[in-house]
Amino acid sequence: MSTLLVVDGAAKSFRGLKAVQNASFEVPQGAIVGLIGPNGAGKTTLFNLIAGVFAPDAGTIAFDGRSIGGLRPDEVCRAGIGRTFQIVKPFAGLSVLDNIVVGALVRTKHVAEARAVAERTLERIGLGPKRDLPASSLTLPDRKRLEVARALATRPRLLLLDEVMAGLRPTETDQMVEVFRDLNRSDGLTILLIEHVMRAVMALAQHIVVLHHGEIIARGAPQDVVKDPAVLECYLGEEADI
Amino acid sequence: MNERRALVLLGVLLAVLLVLPAFAGSYLLSVVTLILFFAYTGQAWNVMMGFAGQLSLGHSLYVGVGAYLAAGIFFHYGIGPWAGVWLAIAACVALGCIIGFLAFRFGISGVYFALLTIAFAEFTRIGFDHLQWFGGPGGLFLKVAQRDQVDLANFRGPPTMYYYAILALAAGAFALCAWLLRSRAGFYWQAIRENEEAAQALGINTFRWKMLAVAISSAMTSVSGVFFAFYYNNLFPEQIFHISRSIEIILGPIIGGVGTLFGPVIGAAVLTLLADGITELLAAMGVEVPGIKQVFYGVVLLAVVMFLPNGIWPPLARKLGLSK
Repeated sequence: MSTLLVVDGAAKSFRGLKAVQNASFEVPQGAIVGLIGPNGAGKTTLFNLIAGVFAPDAGTIAFDGRSIGGLRPDEVCRAGIGRTFQIVKPFAGLSVLDNIVVGALVRTKHVAEARAVAERTLERIGLGPKRDLPASSLTLPDRKRLEVARALATRPRLLLLDEVMAGLRPTETDQMVEVFRDLNRSDGLTILLIEHVMRAVMALAQHIVVLHHGEIIARGAPQDVVKDPAVLECYLGEEADI
Repeated sequence: MNERRALVLLGVLLAVLLVLPAFAGSYLLSVVTLILFFAYTGQAWNVMMGFAGQLSLGHSLYVGVGAYLAAGIFFHYGIGPWAGVWLAIAACVALGCIIGFLAFRFGISGVYFALLTIAFAEFTRIGFDHLQWFGGPGGLFLKVAQRDQVDLANFRGPPTMYYYAILALAAGAFALCAWLLRSRAGFYWQAIRENEEAAQALGINTFRWKMLAVAISSAMTSVSGVFFAFYYNNLFPEQIFHISRSIEIILGPIIGGVGTLFGPVIGAAVLTLLADGITELLAAMGVEVPGIKQVFYGVVLLAVVMFLPNGIWPPLARKLGLSK
């Protein structure tokens, strides 16, 4: 399996605070990798480095063999990386469908074509019945789904998911997990996800990277990582119930 | 929106406006000309604010520069507005792009962007006070003669000619904006307006698209300036660049409905008719109160903001069965 994303020695500080230091990991083509760690560990900052929101202070980020560190977010998107936001950012005044059309327009100039892509994506994510509602009227779980649908409509090869399961009920989480499994299996979509809901991480990820105080403290297969003493200490707790 | 109904409504409106000069007296014609002028200019402003979410409070800059350039070369060299309008568009797009570049490159947004637009309009006003070629503070006057003959080459003629010209502009701007709103540009502008960070994450080069909005808006507004110069025949920096002029331009779309196609038209009609109506009414009653028009603007704006926060058009469209 070839490697799709390589993060090598990435670092980012905000004034004195070292949000991410010397982070190195890889995401193989077609894999689902989980990024976990306590609040404030630097997970979202790491995402933002990959997605082009911030340029890394040090280190390199390569996507499909090409350096993307320092590119703007729109350039990263066009390169084939889609992302969701932990704090959802719907285009509140637009309909659910139009929100997704905006995403689809990155690959085509034609609105009709983008609309066709958006409609398929909408059905797949289970937002079909809500297509003509204004995005502002959606509940939080549906807003999370919209985040995913919009990112998917850009037809990424790598999808960055930032806590899309947070706030979902267990059955909704399972549905979402199924959607991602399906995208991964049938479309070959590679996924890197930040997630606190261990139920989802364990069900999805083939590989887990643990971040703490901006540094990677553990990595490996899910069942090994959750038994790692360092991870138990800082994140999951002694009585981890998984 | 129910498209067929909207098209029928537009068709009827256009038909009425086309035959209006046959029935209307010169006073009514001048009022409707004014309405169409504000509808057109409001539509131009709406591209920037209503579609792309970039608040300009200095659109008088483009009206003024467009007006002065076209009038200036006509006054001095006898070059008519068909050439002048291109000069006006080029100059205003350049100005708009300078303002846009300064703001968008250096992350100036929201009210600070609005302040920048005011600043440019203000220092251009002061600049024109000192440009003798344009007449300075004393103003620039185009020769006025009793004209019954239409001289299309120089855009001189009877009021009916100006009426049809501004009607064509307003209708053209409406069609252009309707098309833009359904194109990729429309989707991208609205995405930027709603959430710029999310827009960027979806592959939108926000700088480029915001610049495009400014360029289109300033180009359209400059044409309204050219119309203004040849219709009114006199230009004073203190008037045409004044911030109150910018406010007058944006009140229509705000009251009618920011970001909607019909908003600028409805807003211009409501404001102009009511303002003229109240002036007439007070004159008939023998009351002369200076500034009553402005007080009235204030009251209407207050009422709309309180009771129709999205403007007159959205609830009206629902009533007419044009939208849900």
